[in-house]
Amino acid sequence: MPLSQQELGELKRLAAKIRRDIVDVTGWSGGAHVGGSLSMVDMLVLLYWKYLRVDPARPDWEDRDRFVLSKGHGGVGHAVVLANKGYFPMEDLKTFNETGSKLGMHLDGAKAQGVDASTGSMGHGLCQALGMALGARVLKKDTRVFCIIGDGESNEGSIWEAAMAAAHYKTPNLVAFLDRNHYMIDGYTEDVMSLEPLADKWRAFGWETRAVDGHDVAALAEAIEFAIAWDKGPVMLLCDTVKGKGVDFMEAKAAWHYGGLSAEMVAKAKQSIGEG
Amino acid sequence: MAGVESSTSWTVYDATKLSAREIYGVVLSDLGAARPDIVGLSADLAKSTQIGAFGERFPDRFFNFGIAEQNMFGAAAGLAKMGLTPFVSTFSAFASMRACEFLRTDVCYQNLNVKVIATHGGTSFGSAGTTHHAIEDLSIVRAFANLTVIVPADGFETAQAVKKCLDLAGPIYIRIGRGFEPTVYDREDETFQIGKAVEMRPGTDITIIACGPTVFHAVEASKVLAENDGLSVRVLNMHTIKPIDEEAVMRAVAETRRILTVEDHNVIGGLGTAVADVIAASGKGCAFTKVGIPDTFTPHGYPEDLMNLFGTDTDGIVAKVRELLGREFEEDEDWEDEV
Repeated sequence: MPLSQQELGELKRLAAKIRRDIVDVTGWSGGAHVGGSLSMVDMLVLLYWKYLRVDPARPDWEDRDRFVLSKGHGGVGHAVVLANKGYFPMEDLKTFNETGSKLGMHLDGAKAQGVDASTGSMGHGLCQALGMALGARVLKKDTRVFCIIGDGESNEGSIWEAAMAAAHYKTPNLVAFLDRNHYMIDGYTEDVMSLEPLADKWRAFGWETRAVDGHDVAALAEAIEFAIAWDKGPVMLLCDTVKGKGVDFMEAKAAWHYGGLSAEMVAKAKQSIGEG
Repeated sequence: MAGVESSTSWTVYDATKLSAREIYGVVLSDLGAARPDIVGLSADLAKSTQIGAFGERFPDRFFNFGIAEQNMFGAAAGLAKMGLTPFVSTFSAFASMRACEFLRTDVCYQNLNVKVIATHGGTSFGSAGTTHHAIEDLSIVRAFANLTVIVPADGFETAQAVKKCLDLAGPIYIRIGRGFEPTVYDREDETFQIGKAVEMRPGTDITIIACGPTVFHAVEASKVLAENDGLSVRVLNMHTIKPIDEEAVMRAVAETRRILTVEDHNVIGGLGTAVADVIAASGKGCAFTKVGIPDTFTPHGYPEDLMNLFGTDTDGIVAKVRELLGREFEEDEDWEDEV
């Protein structure tokens, strides 16, 4: 069912708040993977507030849907989403990166409630997500598994190992998003290691592949609903995004893969994001 | 090379003529009937590792990932997170090295209930050569926190390890051979306990600590030394090298004062290192030697020839024991107080 205008407005406002919170945490923590967190916010907001069957009060509920952040360096974005969703107090975000904190650059599922897989090293999350999808099949559960991978991460061979296996095992309960924000640490993805034609690659690997504007919340919602309804195998939603989305001085700049923000920059960034 | 046996004398085994791998395959499929949570994973080695026996019986709970070990270990983590108990089987070289980080980060870091059956350990895949020998695996995986590391002496002990690893939550690495090794036991020893060494032969002159295929040779060497040299040689089967049975090591130090470790593995980082750590921390004087592969890549050849080459077979152990018995070492003054 398409989003109502009211829902759309609420989700957009929420996405803006999440982005402002990410900027705040980046300021408090001394540095975070801000660019690639901002690029995937709209996907996360739709998942956590619309499509994931989860209950923050029961993070270990066995019949919940699973979410795996394969691009685990987006930990700051994921942590902000989990806190806003109520998995742990917003106050915890103030300890991000600190010794003894439950939250750090790459989230540890043993410490941070709501994290279904501890990720960080590239090319691991999709493999784990595949295992969860197969596990649901063995257990005859209708669990859906959602996974966000990065475009830089797609250089890893293990991504394609998992892609091959998911298609082979025809896992309709596995939905992946590719946060195609076009930048990795060393620069523009096509300069560092050519990925295109990405959509063709995923199709050739046997995934039902849809290209979508990763910041068009209505279009993204439609794509997710299509993916959920698709019953023939895994679905890849190739989300065209902007690294650093929402913050004018960060957008489409590889330098903002990871960075710190002064109080002044935090204020400017939040102003740029606005209320949504 | 000396000491080479005819190939038939090495094709062993128990009454049912099953090799270690075959026993493992049968045991696992039997366990599968009682435990619907067990799933089997392979990377195009279902036949070679014998996990295929499980797959034939439970096709819905068996996944072949093709030749893609990284994904297999990642997927094993995902399956375990769903509450299942994955048994992942591939060659030791690939489990420990090709999939190294996936075993470490996905499985061990998250402390998941994944059981790894790493076959073709050490030089057991002899003629396949260096690429398929796993002489570093124990060193590598022993450094992974949360992981229990077991090296069963033969097929019967493998059966016990496979059964008993189910009672121990968390990741376990069971390293077995290719299945053409001589058996040590004539039946399953039901008293097998993970983390508890087995005294195969008592002795007071020296202790040989072995694991995997070298247990057989240590026992044989002990018999030869008793007969020909009149020596009392204790043999410990240290099937669990992590956590190691410190008490058994310390008893050997106190009671025999001379220890020889023997492993089908590089002398760096495996059984010998684990034993040396215990001895060094104790502060006790002890004549000690590690026998294994002396930090070199292993050539191709028949496994029995390679073990002979590196002195990990009966002849090699006998020679090393004689050498170690002649070595002097400084005993600490208050030794008697500690015994």
